[in-house]
Amino acid sequence: MTATTVDGATAPQAAAPSRAVSTVTPKAAIALGVVLALYALLLLLAPHEGDARFRLSTERDLFVLPTLEVPALATAWVCAAIGLAVVALAVVRNLGGRRVPLWGTVLYAAALLVGFLAWAAAGSPRDLSVVGLLSGAVVLCVPIVYGALGGVIGERAGVVNIAIEGQLLAGAFTAAIVGSLTNSPWAGLLAAMVASVLVALVLGLFAITYKVNQIIVGVVLNVLVIGLTSFLYSQVLVPSAEVLNTTTRFARIPIPFLERIPLLGPVLFNQTIVVYLMFVMVFAVWFALYRTRWGLRVRAVGEHPKAADTVGIDVVRTRYRAVVTAGAVAGIGGAFYTVVSINQFNREMTAGAGFIALAAVIFGKWNPVRAALAGLLFGFATNLQNVLSVVGSPVPSQFMLMLPYVVTLLAVAGLVGRSRPPAADGVPYTKE
Amino acid sequence: MSGQTPGREPENPLDQALESVDAAAEPGLAEELEQERAREREAAVEETGVRWADAFRRIVSGGWVVSVGAIVLAVLVGSIMIVFTDERVQETAGYFFARPGDMLAAAADAVGGAYSALFRGSVYNYQADTLTLAIRPLTQTLTNAGPLVAAGLGVALAFRAGLFNIGGQGQILMAAAGAGWVGFGLTGVPFPLHLLLALVAGILAGALWAGIAGILKARTGAHEVIVTIMLNYVAFYLISYLLATPGLLQAPGSANPQTPRTQESAILPRLVGERFPLHWGFVLSLLAVVLVWWLLNRSSIGFSFRAVGENPKAARVAGIDVPRTTVSVMLVAGALVGLAGVQQVLGTITTGFGSDIDAGIGFDAITVALLGRSNPWGVLGAGILFGGFKAGGSAMQAGEGIPIEIVLVVQSLIVLFIAAPPLVRAIFRLPQPVTRQRRGTPPVRSTATTTEGQA
Repeated sequence: MTATTVDGATAPQAAAPSRAVSTVTPKAAIALGVVLALYALLLLLAPHEGDARFRLSTERDLFVLPTLEVPALATAWVCAAIGLAVVALAVVRNLGGRRVPLWGTVLYAAALLVGFLAWAAAGSPRDLSVVGLLSGAVVLCVPIVYGALGGVIGERAGVVNIAIEGQLLAGAFTAAIVGSLTNSPWAGLLAAMVASVLVALVLGLFAITYKVNQIIVGVVLNVLVIGLTSFLYSQVLVPSAEVLNTTTRFARIPIPFLERIPLLGPVLFNQTIVVYLMFVMVFAVWFALYRTRWGLRVRAVGEHPKAADTVGIDVVRTRYRAVVTAGAVAGIGGAFYTVVSINQFNREMTAGAGFIALAAVIFGKWNPVRAALAGLLFGFATNLQNVLSVVGSPVPSQFMLMLPYVVTLLAVAGLVGRSRPPAADGVPYTKE
Repeated sequence: MSGQTPGREPENPLDQALESVDAAAEPGLAEELEQERAREREAAVEETGVRWADAFRRIVSGGWVVSVGAIVLAVLVGSIMIVFTDERVQETAGYFFARPGDMLAAAADAVGGAYSALFRGSVYNYQADTLTLAIRPLTQTLTNAGPLVAAGLGVALAFRAGLFNIGGQGQILMAAAGAGWVGFGLTGVPFPLHLLLALVAGILAGALWAGIAGILKARTGAHEVIVTIMLNYVAFYLISYLLATPGLLQAPGSANPQTPRTQESAILPRLVGERFPLHWGFVLSLLAVVLVWWLLNRSSIGFSFRAVGENPKAARVAGIDVPRTTVSVMLVAGALVGLAGVQQVLGTITTGFGSDIDAGIGFDAITVALLGRSNPWGVLGAGILFGGFKAGGSAMQAGEGIPIEIVLVVQSLIVLFIAAPPLVRAIFRLPQPVTRQRRGTPPVRSTATTTEGQA
């Protein structure tokens, strides 16, 4: 990631404890093996006869792809075999002291996913709409991705932001009020960014200026925002819901021609402006962090503030700027709830998305592109549950809902390897 | 610095020496001088007989005044919110310049009504007809405080060991499931034994659930914040599944995701008679407070907990097995949080529970631990305060129509202000603390005081 290497002796003590150990551990191989074993157990204990049908096209496409019909159990076992091959590869690589290649992990995940879908959709009277699965995932991941991007910017500058949840919620609340009063989703979006920046400023005030433990501030800010929005919701929004809590939503903007490409078109090119902006934003944050002077300074401040200070970078100001920028980005994610997804605010409507975004930050190793992909994965896992309940999945819905969290647990525990936070993450800087 | 009473004290050479010592450069020397000066000053105070003034100065610059200041500030903000959202205040504000008294009266009315309802609901209901009804709110407060104190201890203990346990919700849910399962599933066991078994089952379940986070942290280095958050969700959906599946936790013959009643033989007895909700759970929490105090301050295992919390590297050099300590910290913390879940199921809600049995205690516990400054006795006080807020908040919502969420706002503001003593000192213009330098962390402290001076 970064070329900066920090000597263990000078690094602040709050960072990960034993960073100097050998980088290759059998964790990844074990994690892959355990998941595969569980998957095989599922197939053995609950075999599902019949065919699985995957619908790949919609009516509007340029040309219609045929509905894919495969024998479920055979497909599932073939996928299991592919998974086993990757596990074997992982073990061999591990014995040789090397990591599991990324393509291996991706192949493994894809194989198990297809196998699982085939197993779950077997014998269902309805087709499993792949388009619905993917486009839903893209929509559901929006707040997580924006939140995660905000988290990445903040943590890269050395400020841990547990308050992403609060920023999303504050954004959603403000977007609902301003969007309703002005009848303009754009005004709502802007207001959400402002509200989220305010939360970020409070975080900055306590974490940077007063050097309070950043995790504490974050947790407390979440409670504060939940309390404030819920209080104002029932005191102000509910009595005059028609004036204050009925927004106009952003309309979908289909991009001509591109939207009619089978499979990809409906997923990527028939979305709202906020989704398009998300693609741009992922790239923009990446570019800003790795290709601009500002980004270099942000990362320097997060890795080794003393060194940054020595060469004349104002640590406090850089951190404040990063936190405020992060707040603005997270605010867009908050606006998603009330001017894109539905047209009104509800109590605690973010439902933990901010914490998932936080997990995506760590899952993505503090890299904006990876964090966005992790966010997409969470969106996908959430939507998988919705789609499977339509098809009539044999898995209890609670376990499907649990899936993203279990995946995160496995990921932070083994799959992503040792995820190393910026060295000065969460450490207040005191100039000497 | 010592500037608040420059003229009154006799000229002291130590003062001058202290001024000339750069605290950041020579923390040890500065500290010694500081102590020496304090000793001299004490002697001087005894002589001149202004002990009270000195005592007052010590009190107002001490930690707990900041706590009180934080509570006052938070309550003020709460009042502002009540005033701004009160309908009558809004009406009268329309003609504020014609008759300002109306609006002020309405505002005072709203705030007074709210806080007197809060008091009546949490401490003493002076409007009640009988003494029983009048002191019932207090017992309700203590009933609420029981699980809050237990869970707060769990979070505080983890804090002291440098671990942040956000997993209270999951641990409470698992503990509730464990205690509930024994509490209604096991039949034919006589009273004290059944209760004991249910208690142990619940506490074990909580400990094991937190232990997962401990093991993952110790073995793989996974951040405990993420792991405990994820375990909260996993526990929630797991319990939801168990509650929705006949033959597991769901009450037989019911379609609701709810358990059967806890059997009589597994219920914590009432403490002061059947007319009051207070049960033995509160006593268990008190015992837990003493136990945690002893564990942290008087036992070698507690010493290793604190050593790891202060500086894991130094602890490792000193021969402490850091991974193992991490796991045992999480086990103990989970057991304490589990005690909260057990109290919920075996004491407070004995008619069967759903997946909302945690009642937000897991997250409240974090604020309780922060307010109590991770000190067992502080946690006890904070738990009782928040228990009172909870009891009074419901009364306020029922009586005055003010949403209970205002309590959340006040609670979080209290913690936020307490976490930043310089801010509270700046707002109330309190003097700086008497002993500014804590042993062990001089550089951070001394520079922190310079920022305090600026604020």
